[in-house]
Amino acid sequence: MIEAAALPAPVQATLLVGVILAQAVALYVGYGALERVATPLIETIANAR
Amino acid sequence: MEFLGLSLPLLALFVSFGFMVGVLFGFFGMGGSFLITPTLLILDYPASVAIGSGLAFYFGTSVIAVLKHYDVGQVDYKLGAILFVVLSIGIELGSRLVFGLEALGIANLVTGIAYVVLLAGIGALFLRRASKLDDEDEAEGEDDVDDDEIPAVGQKIQSYNVPPMINLTSGGRASLWTIGGAGGSVGLISGLIGVGGGFIRMPAIYYLIGTPLTAAVGTSLFAGLFSGAFGTFTYGMSGSVDLTVVSLLLVGSALGARIGSAATTMVEEDDVIIYFGIMMVLASAGIALSELANWLGTGALDLVSVLLLVGSSFFVASMILYQVIQSIGAAESDARATPDGGD
Repeated sequence: MIEAAALPAPVQATLLVGVILAQAVALYVGYGALERVATPLIETIANAR
Repeated sequence: MEFLGLSLPLLALFVSFGFMVGVLFGFFGMGGSFLITPTLLILDYPASVAIGSGLAFYFGTSVIAVLKHYDVGQVDYKLGAILFVVLSIGIELGSRLVFGLEALGIANLVTGIAYVVLLAGIGALFLRRASKLDDEDEAEGEDDVDDDEIPAVGQKIQSYNVPPMINLTSGGRASLWTIGGAGGSVGLISGLIGVGGGFIRMPAIYYLIGTPLTAAVGTSLFAGLFSGAFGTFTYGMSGSVDLTVVSLLLVGSALGARIGSAATTMVEEDDVIIYFGIMMVLASAGIALSELANWLGTGALDLVSVLLLVGSSFFVASMILYQVIQSIGAAESDARATPDGGD
């Protein structure tokens, strides 16, 4: 649960929306980068077998 | 031992469950929040927290879906904006209803029953579709839907002139009352049981408001993103969103959605659709058992409920992953057998 008790409820709720938005963007970009790095690596390993 | 306020088994459960829901979401194109909320209910989270966290998870997956389809096809922005307003009003009313039911001590029961009906209904629809696949194969092409065509029901509803009328980008006109009724009802369901509602929002836009299919998909995604944000905000105002749970689910789901989406090019949806229908029926039975256990005042059935709900989605996601591995293996065998491409 969000425990930013000092902040008013609307600010806490807006922060919550912002955090989830930022997390979703970061995960999308992060996994995308991982895919770009991992795919050629896996293909190289598979071809070497 | 605890991490982020959760025991390690529970932490692993949320990440892996998020992953499996992500695989299903990527493969079948459904948000999956309708699996998250009942699971949290069975794990004894209060109804408002289960619903709020379900909506927050839906918002996160919507952001990822919009990023993935950044050119969301054809979007009727005016209709999307009106829908956002009426969806938000519906979500607000739904959330007030949940807090009222919680004050009466029956929120978990009402939400549980709503999920039993909803999941069983979706499951029955998918099983019916699976049973008709052979007939569809025989009549292939006969009932192909033109993406730019407005359905007959939508055209009929649009023919009633109840002012104020709104001009749609696709060329038709829809009454503000129709948009308000359709969007408000979907929003109310979203706010009441914590689902994104894409599986009812898109058909409502297509059939009731009457837009072409491509515009319905894009407009549904556009309105859903903002209504998801509003739902998160509404439940966040009362501290009813468990950010730790939502974050763990999103970590697994974002990865699973990529794999599920890639799997659509290797596995035929028709091959696994029957398992998806069975999963929904089992999930519905799991929630019914949980409600029965609460009514009987025994926790003995709780484990069976979790196994049915979580286990069935793990099973279907595993089936998809298994078919992907088989398909890769078969492709490699073919490549070895015909190194020159078969010439």
